[in-house]
Amino acid sequence: MGDLKEQVQPQKAFGWAARDSSGVLSPFHFSRRATGEKDVTFKVMYCGICHSDLHMLKNEWGTSIYPLVPGHEIVGVVTEVGSKVEKFKVGDKVGVGCMVRSCRSCDNCANDLENYCPKMVLTYEAKDYDGTITYGGYSDNMVADEHFVVRIPDNLPLDGGAPLLCAGITVYSPLKYFELDKPGMHVGVVGLGGLGHVAVKFAKAMGVKVTVISTSPNKKKEAIEHLGADSFLVSRNQDEMQAVTSTLDGIIDTVSASHPLLPLIGLLKTNGKLILVGAPDKPPELPIFPLLMGRKIVAGSMIGGMKETQEMIDFAAKHNISADIEVIPIDYVNTAMERLSKADVRYRFVIDVGNTLKSNS
Amino acid sequence: MAKSPEEEHPQKAFGWAARDNSGTLSPFNFSRRDTGEDDVTIKILYCGVCHSDLHTAKNEWGVTSYPVVPGHEIVGAVTAVGNNVNKFKVGDKVGVGVMVDSCKKCNSCHEGLENYCPQMILTYNSFSRDGTRTYGGYSDIVVVDQNYVLRFPENMPLDAGAPLLCAGITVYSPMVYYGMNQPGKHLGVAGLGGLGHVAVKIGKAFGLKVTVISTSPKKENEAIDRLGADSFLVSTDPAKVKAAMGTMDYIIDTIAAVHPLTPLLCLLNVNGKLVTVGLPEKPLELPIFPLVMGRRLIGGSNFGGIKETQEMLDFCAKHNITADIELIRIDEINKAMERLAKSDVRYRFVIDVGNSLSKVDQNAQASRLFYFAT
Repeated sequence: MGDLKEQVQPQKAFGWAARDSSGVLSPFHFSRRATGEKDVTFKVMYCGICHSDLHMLKNEWGTSIYPLVPGHEIVGVVTEVGSKVEKFKVGDKVGVGCMVRSCRSCDNCANDLENYCPKMVLTYEAKDYDGTITYGGYSDNMVADEHFVVRIPDNLPLDGGAPLLCAGITVYSPLKYFELDKPGMHVGVVGLGGLGHVAVKFAKAMGVKVTVISTSPNKKKEAIEHLGADSFLVSRNQDEMQAVTSTLDGIIDTVSASHPLLPLIGLLKTNGKLILVGAPDKPPELPIFPLLMGRKIVAGSMIGGMKETQEMIDFAAKHNISADIEVIPIDYVNTAMERLSKADVRYRFVIDVGNTLKSNS
Repeated sequence: MAKSPEEEHPQKAFGWAARDNSGTLSPFNFSRRDTGEDDVTIKILYCGVCHSDLHTAKNEWGVTSYPVVPGHEIVGAVTAVGNNVNKFKVGDKVGVGVMVDSCKKCNSCHEGLENYCPQMILTYNSFSRDGTRTYGGYSDIVVVDQNYVLRFPENMPLDAGAPLLCAGITVYSPMVYYGMNQPGKHLGVAGLGGLGHVAVKIGKAFGLKVTVISTSPKKENEAIDRLGADSFLVSTDPAKVKAAMGTMDYIIDTIAAVHPLTPLLCLLNVNGKLVTVGLPEKPLELPIFPLVMGRRLIGGSNFGGIKETQEMLDFCAKHNITADIELIRIDEINKAMERLAKSDVRYRFVIDVGNSLSKVDQNAQASRLFYFAT
């Protein structure tokens, strides 16, 4: 789709895009729609780099349309609001996450589950209802319907808060929905990356005991001393895993790479829940006996609705939770992507869009 | 030196056992313990034939110790009670299901979930506390702690009620636990056998819309006309499956064989629940996208606790729910097992133990005998 004509719309925009599945990003001039009556337009200050951005840039899921401007952990300052906008005004600090539209009339939308609406539109690389392709937050400005904009409280840092818009809600939503948020419970977090480290922070703030389960023994010190996890398990160490059989009320599994589920199911107590938020390419095996013998559950979850995204942001602000980030200038983004593919980041890159994305760079 | 099954205990008992993984059953002399202070001794009148009996007789799960006397859908009459027994008296009609003991001390036991107690003892192919094997209901008597005996409701036929003790509770328990019982919601029942047909009946009694999901188109008339299902979906027809996508709130998956989960998961709405109660020999493939994209869950469930088994029996009695059965004599059991392996039964065999299992049929030799149905 390399010959997709640039859609000409009224508001000029500038960002970085990939032109093909090499995924290499470079400057890109494009445009956004005029601020509609329900729209909020904001100057982008920061945008988090989510692993999904990397998957999409390289067309790993086979759905990418180029040129592709990624970014769905976007924060900034409002510059214009439409005539019917009620919740925001110029100067407000706001954010946009993974979606920018839904049908607003189906059961899911009516139940604040816009993320499960069959007609939900993703923040980038999706076809909006007017036929235009959406572009994400590696860009200088953003226009979005106010329903899909969240307020960033004053005491939440913009840069550290940006990753919450995807990583944060992706782990917060299942902790709440699957009721793994009760003080005194014991929850495992598999994988200590962008999602995993935020899951540890949220769970601790909920009063939950947290065990990090990881393949990398060298993450142990950080997990316990810096993130506040109560314990750390090396998943390849069978003795360690055996010792904690049947101790967990739930597990949030953030790992996208293929991995066996049987050892994780063994860690769960009776009625325990394994929640998958990463998406491996190949379907793993589902061992049935352990599921039956302990009345255990394997479930999935995907981001969250707008109401709970705002709730999550407010919860984070209240508990002083933000992501651990490495702020980078826009022209470092390709190097950042290479490092991200090797999980070489503690724990999220955030692009300093406001200070480094200039249209003559 | 270990005692023989006949000599282990004081009360003589007689049943049919499998001796090896051919699974062929034949007469077997053994013994039961004396009626202890907490025990109830039961003369067995009927015993349902569960697919687990077949799996165990043939050692398909790799955990069978031979000789094994299967049978965990046992109904009979009380003939003796121990001194501490306060729940039953001689003459009562009672049932025994999948378990006969548990630790009574752990959280699961205290919460009425003895079936999840790590020390739970199965009715057959398990070890009792005294180290002897447990033998099931393809036999003339059984001795069980009163806390694991169910009262049989007055108006429930003994033969057709027997399968509820495993098939019934196996579907009832998860339907309640996972909230699959809200009137007006839509339940899919995958597999129409012993478990599936009871799930349809219980689902209708809960006020649910019920769709049977099956690979056999010829079961449709039966499912709708006789069992009361609202609709029938052939799961191997991609167009029909596509048309039904996202329409169900819950699915009970009773299929005992390995099968793909993707078509079933896609039938579920957002937040939909698939509960698996069948036990395939091998792990299934877990399709992640349908789970993640719709916050769907797959849960397991393993029969039920005693309190909820009693609740299930009373519920079924109130709604006139029993299993659809084919009554057989004990000497027809091997033929029945062959037919069961091909799912050729509507929908549960029940052994008429009281009328067909007697010492007169017993051969004193230890060698195997084959009885052919006449």
